[in-house]
Amino acid sequence: MSLQERQDAAVRAVLDAAPPPVVPPELGAEALRRGGRALRRRRIARRVLWFLLGVAVVAFVVWATMARPWVEPPSKTTPPLTGW
Amino acid sequence: MRERQASRNARRAREFEAFVAGAAGRLLHAATLLTAEPPDDCPRAQRLLTAALARTYASWDRLRGEDPYDCARKELAVRFARGTWHHHRGHGGVLAHLTAQERVVLVLRLFEGVGEEQAAALLGLPVERVSALHARAVALVLHPPRGPAPSAPLHGAASA
Repeated sequence: MSLQERQDAAVRAVLDAAPPPVVPPELGAEALRRGGRALRRRRIARRVLWFLLGVAVVAFVVWATMARPWVEPPSKTTPPLTGW
Repeated sequence: MRERQASRNARRAREFEAFVAGAAGRLLHAATLLTAEPPDDCPRAQRLLTAALARTYASWDRLRGEDPYDCARKELAVRFARGTWHHHRGHGGVLAHLTAQERVVLVLRLFEGVGEEQAAALLGLPVERVSALHARAVALVLHPPRGPAPSAPLHGAASA
């Protein structure tokens, strides 16, 4: 056993020897309450994001069918008159 | 859908309560060592542990086989490291005369048995730094300085 290991073992013994604290009975319940709240908030945020995504997709489809951006717009200028 | 959600919530709560019943004692012990508070009066350690456990509960469904104890321990150390690196000095417990950084390294390495590389990755420090902190912390525990705890550099007012 090296010096380092012996020292580590001694410190470990000191740490373990400290009297363990008593866990208050409401600690777990409080953690559960707070964690549950975070979960609910996360779930709501996810729903809102999906909803917004859906709205954006619908809006885009509606706009695209009305504006038909893939159709070539009618020419606004007359071609030059040549060969007269 | 709603029913499935409810049963999943109930199962998660049940599993979590069983986990807390088994692990909270050890985790709170680690937390009091981190905050350097006496075991019979450790409000900061309790707050730290509550926050870490709440986070563990929130990510319970995504653990997928990972040990919840690991998750809670990681959360505890990271939360402590991030929140109170240089501020509060301890006022009790066996690690009272160590700095916050030395306490985290010592608790992770020796009390929790986390490997050096893993501890370094967890704390975002280079391995050499963790090794140096570990050596200094061990020396300080085995040969505590005499007299009152050395005051912190600069803002040296020890927290009451």
